[in-house]
Amino acid sequence: MNIYQEELLDHYENPSNYGTLPNPDISHEEDNPLCGDKIRIDLIVEDDIIKEVRFSGHGCTISLAAASMLTEEIVGKSLTEVKKLSRDDILDMVGIPLGPVRVKCALLALKVLKAGAYGIKGWPGEEDE
Amino acid sequence: MTQKTKHTSDFRPLDVQAIRGDFPIFADTPPLAFLDSAASTQTPRPVVEAMDAYYDTYRSNIHRGVYRISEEATDQYEKARQKVAQLINAPRTSQVVFTRNTTESINLVAYSWGSLNIQQGDEIVLTDLEHHSNLVPWQLLAQRTGATLRFLEITDEGLLDFTQLRDVLSPKTKLVAITHVSNVLGTITPIQSIIDAAHTAGAKVIVDAAQSVPHFHVDVQQLDCDFLAFSGHKMCGPTGVGVLYGKSELLDDMPPFLGGGSMIRSVERDISTYADVPAKFEAGTPSIAEAIGLGAAVDYLTQAGLASIHVHEQELLKYAHERLQEIEGITIYGPAPHQKAGVISFDMEGIHPHDIAGILDTHNVAIRAGHHCAQPLMKKLDVIATARASFYLYNTLEDVDRLYEGLQKAQTLMTRRNK
Repeated sequence: MNIYQEELLDHYENPSNYGTLPNPDISHEEDNPLCGDKIRIDLIVEDDIIKEVRFSGHGCTISLAAASMLTEEIVGKSLTEVKKLSRDDILDMVGIPLGPVRVKCALLALKVLKAGAYGIKGWPGEEDE
Repeated sequence: MTQKTKHTSDFRPLDVQAIRGDFPIFADTPPLAFLDSAASTQTPRPVVEAMDAYYDTYRSNIHRGVYRISEEATDQYEKARQKVAQLINAPRTSQVVFTRNTTESINLVAYSWGSLNIQQGDEIVLTDLEHHSNLVPWQLLAQRTGATLRFLEITDEGLLDFTQLRDVLSPKTKLVAITHVSNVLGTITPIQSIIDAAHTAGAKVIVDAAQSVPHFHVDVQQLDCDFLAFSGHKMCGPTGVGVLYGKSELLDDMPPFLGGGSMIRSVERDISTYADVPAKFEAGTPSIAEAIGLGAAVDYLTQAGLASIHVHEQELLKYAHERLQEIEGITIYGPAPHQKAGVISFDMEGIHPHDIAGILDTHNVAIRAGHHCAQPLMKKLDVIATARASFYLYNTLEDVDRLYEGLQKAQTLMTRRNK
């Protein structure tokens, strides 16, 4: 299956929740030093529930489409649930087979989100190892 | 370029179709358009067969076996060294040390020669073009010794700013570590002038020849470089074998890099004496099959003719420049084709290099995208990553056409969506 599917390209073209929030409760940014992709995620959280989310940054189709899909998924979910999201959850969302390099692109947004949810400086290690 | 003019007499056009027949990876229809030889090349059958012959008929350890097949293995391993020495015109075969790759060759010099010759306050001159393999070992050496790194910058065209050389070189300069060909931009550096100037300043010179030795004649005696490093896997050889050439008087005085078997003369409990070069720098069982494979690769390239390979790559490069320039929104980095080797780095407005490479892959066109192990150069170019196509003796004009068509498709697919 081709990774340049309509659905992914639609997310890339018209990403959901793109932008920043003026007074986020959580804001975190990380990059993928291998390709320079950078993603920031802002969250408004009330009673552990994610009320609003925005992401911003730059990257390839996979990293931006995965970020867009992820933000759609987490609105209304608790931070506890977000912490449980796994590599496979993201790969299921993306829904197409990816090589190891592009897997890192797909998982960048999750790394940013989880580091933000845990309130740590950066996600330790690689999600995919 | 002196290397080219000196050897134009042996020029004959490459029979690219015959060459492609030696590479099973191109047997599919349509064939793989492999445009990533600057990272690692494909392997022709004679190289694989030479390694198979070792494994199938005389597999054994070298140097100490007193039986027939071990003598055969030793003989073939040392013949490979002779072939490499001839390729680069080393005065003596013993000046060729087998390592794992260019990176290990450079680290060997940084640790061994560096520990003896670099002190606090000394300066090591590098350039903005260096691959991480010719930068990080010197950073580590500078951190260990208190030496300082200085850099020759590049112009907007991606050429070395030669005018700075006088300011950068000083009596403090102990070493100039410079690439012969940039793996990102393809820039061929004015290596001869730099070596001459460095020697006048009293400095030694190590040349990162990973992207030059595979593609045109490099003559270490003509260059008069002190060290030269390259990798087997970028010249049709296998992975796991590389070369360090050094001047004998330097190699003789240098302490060992790794200790162990093969590199010793005699060992007592507390002290050992060391073997002569090159054995002194080849501790442990080396990559025997790979060295033999590299010897076969040298034969293969010599038979094709390095001058012919260079001319062929120039033709591909010139054609690629022409075609790619037709594409709207493309930026090609680096100098004009005649000032560089067979590498073309570019990006396209609104398309991430990973997407360029990803879309080309769906058309069976393999290029590289990323920082190409040259992050300081990326910063200098003010890009995060580029896409890079690189050429070798087996590439064709059709490969370039397929690159062009793939890029057109990428643009149609991606830019329609950014509007």
